[in-house]
Amino acid sequence: MNDQSEVGSARFALVGVPNCGKTALFNQMTGSRQKVGNYAGVTVERKVGTARTPAGCKVDVVDLPGTYSLRARSPDEEVTRDVIMGRRAGEAAPDLLICVADATNMRAALRLVLELKQVGRPMLLVLNMIDIARWRGIEIDTDALEAALGLPVVTATAVRKAGMEALWARLDALLAAGIAAPAPSVWAEPSAHDLRTAQREADRMVARAVRHPARPDTVTARIDSVLLHPVAGILCLLGLLFIMFQAVFTWAQPPMDLISAGFDALGTLVRDVVPDGLVQSFLVDGVISGVGSVLVFLPQILILFLFILLLEDLGYMARAAFLMDRIMGGAGLHGRAFIPLLSSFACAIPGIMAARVIDNRRDRLTTILVAPLMTCSARIPVYTLIIGAFIPARTVAGVLSLQGLVMFGLYAAGIVSALAVSAAAKFLFWRRDPTPPFMLDLPDYKLPQAKSILIGLWTRAYMFLKRAGTTIFSMTVLIWLLATFPLPPANATDPAITYSFAAMLGNLIHPLLAPVGFNWQISVALIPGMAAREVAVAALGTVYALQGGGDQAVGLALAHSWSLATALAFLAWYIFAPQCASTLAVIRREAGGAKWMWITFGYMLALAYVAAFVTYHIAVMFGAG
Amino acid sequence: MQHQNSFDGRPTVPLGRALKGFRGEIARIAADTTVSSLSADEIERRLIELGFVEGAEVQILHEGLFGHDPIAVRVNGATVALRRREAMAILAY
Repeated sequence: MNDQSEVGSARFALVGVPNCGKTALFNQMTGSRQKVGNYAGVTVERKVGTARTPAGCKVDVVDLPGTYSLRARSPDEEVTRDVIMGRRAGEAAPDLLICVADATNMRAALRLVLELKQVGRPMLLVLNMIDIARWRGIEIDTDALEAALGLPVVTATAVRKAGMEALWARLDALLAAGIAAPAPSVWAEPSAHDLRTAQREADRMVARAVRHPARPDTVTARIDSVLLHPVAGILCLLGLLFIMFQAVFTWAQPPMDLISAGFDALGTLVRDVVPDGLVQSFLVDGVISGVGSVLVFLPQILILFLFILLLEDLGYMARAAFLMDRIMGGAGLHGRAFIPLLSSFACAIPGIMAARVIDNRRDRLTTILVAPLMTCSARIPVYTLIIGAFIPARTVAGVLSLQGLVMFGLYAAGIVSALAVSAAAKFLFWRRDPTPPFMLDLPDYKLPQAKSILIGLWTRAYMFLKRAGTTIFSMTVLIWLLATFPLPPANATDPAITYSFAAMLGNLIHPLLAPVGFNWQISVALIPGMAAREVAVAALGTVYALQGGGDQAVGLALAHSWSLATALAFLAWYIFAPQCASTLAVIRREAGGAKWMWITFGYMLALAYVAAFVTYHIAVMFGAG
Repeated sequence: MQHQNSFDGRPTVPLGRALKGFRGEIARIAADTTVSSLSADEIERRLIELGFVEGAEVQILHEGLFGHDPIAVRVNGATVALRRREAMAILAY
């Protein structure tokens, strides 16, 4: 046993149909040593982690995107096929395939197992979610399945540590005996006839080995009779989205106040300890006010992610795709695009990656190109700042906050423009193409696991904090440098910043942005804001904190020096502007070419300019200039 | 190919035309190239992969607001969403 771990680790790959709990199994197997992917939910990329078996063997575990077949109909399924077949460059084929099946419904999984057997690799079948199956009264004869499949079969509950014992015992026994060498692959792409034959064989196995309860569980059906109702279902979906955005605005306020007060106190403390001068200005105006002004939005971002993670774990996302299919279809989008687009509310990057599940290239490209229009969490800091400064905190109709309503309007503008752009793309480029099919499994509802939600939230919080510590911090320092140097002459009468590089740069591009109502301070803030949207808030904070010399809240400073028309134009700009270097890089990778990246950049910039221009001039016409 | 509206002497109905609440058994899969951007063979394979094989019990559970489309179909213990257009390839009785 011990020499096994010294000789070198075995490599296990988790494979199964979508939504059977592979990632839960992966997380439970690899524990804290996992390399967490950057998106909790749909696995679209392989993930590798290491695990130690109870007997002490070190093994590599590869988590793969779910697939119904090795035919690889979409890019995520290609990943699975290539890893299993050992076709991936620089990566050895797995020593053992751990096939994962949802014990409550294993028809499709067993057919996949029959197909995978042709690849010739040693395999083991895990019947996951056995606790739910037992609770529903489903009885499974694993011995009969073992005999029928000619494979080891174990049951597991991946979301609980105790549910893993049988699997670990079996894996240790396999490792001790030595995993068999692979047989030559006889896999060939299955025809409809092959699939039909395999499915019938799988159904025969299920019929022999599985006893269903006389009274099937109807919880999912009863919930769906409301949530998938043609009218009530859509109202529920809209209500849910509305609650989500109201919550982002209202629930987050107390923790935000706390963080904000913490940074203020820190600034005061530094001001007391560090003598006046450049060092104090760097620490207080540069680092603390810059990073603090972005970190304060952590609660809002976490609340948004909490909703999205809960909906994903509940099994609601596929329902939303079902409800939205016709509406999305009218705009030239696939129903499945709803899931990537909803994820894009959190961040466009996982949203764009989630578009891999769309097999049709045209639909995938459209989804990728419009995903950045969905209001991502990096816009929240900007929207919150401007709304807080310019929109009065009143209630409308007694219960709704006016600020929340404006926020909802901005989100709605993002959605409508995404639909409009995709409709335009369909009309211009793909008018004659027939529509690709929409077929989607609607999983049974499951109660979300607190642990998986917490892991998801922690991952997002960690990524945000890391960004704040790296990109945002370095941009903040850069802005402070630009805004501070060259130092004003000794007999200066204007605020110090008017003599700085920042003012020179701002004045340089100001003529381009003056028609949309932007002043030179906004022009300065937009330069670092091209790297990441929320940096613009920090930049405005730095520019205005330096200008007045005081430590007044940025919002107050803006309310003083911007007209309402400028503020509205700035919001309109932010709905569209392609201000995120990481998103553009992901588009280049996922769409397969710099061309698509530049198309996205160009159309979004054009829309931003036009929207800001129109907003500004209409607002001025109404006397808000 | 002649229009199929019976199988083994029993009348069949395409699932794409069946109403909400319809219960039946799949007689056969008859994909037609005109329905989609995919080949008939590919449509057939995908339907089989989602569990639509001959003999499977089906029931239409839900339908969308516009044009009663798409539909959610219970097939042998799983629920699958699909558009009526593709469901035309599933003949049931």
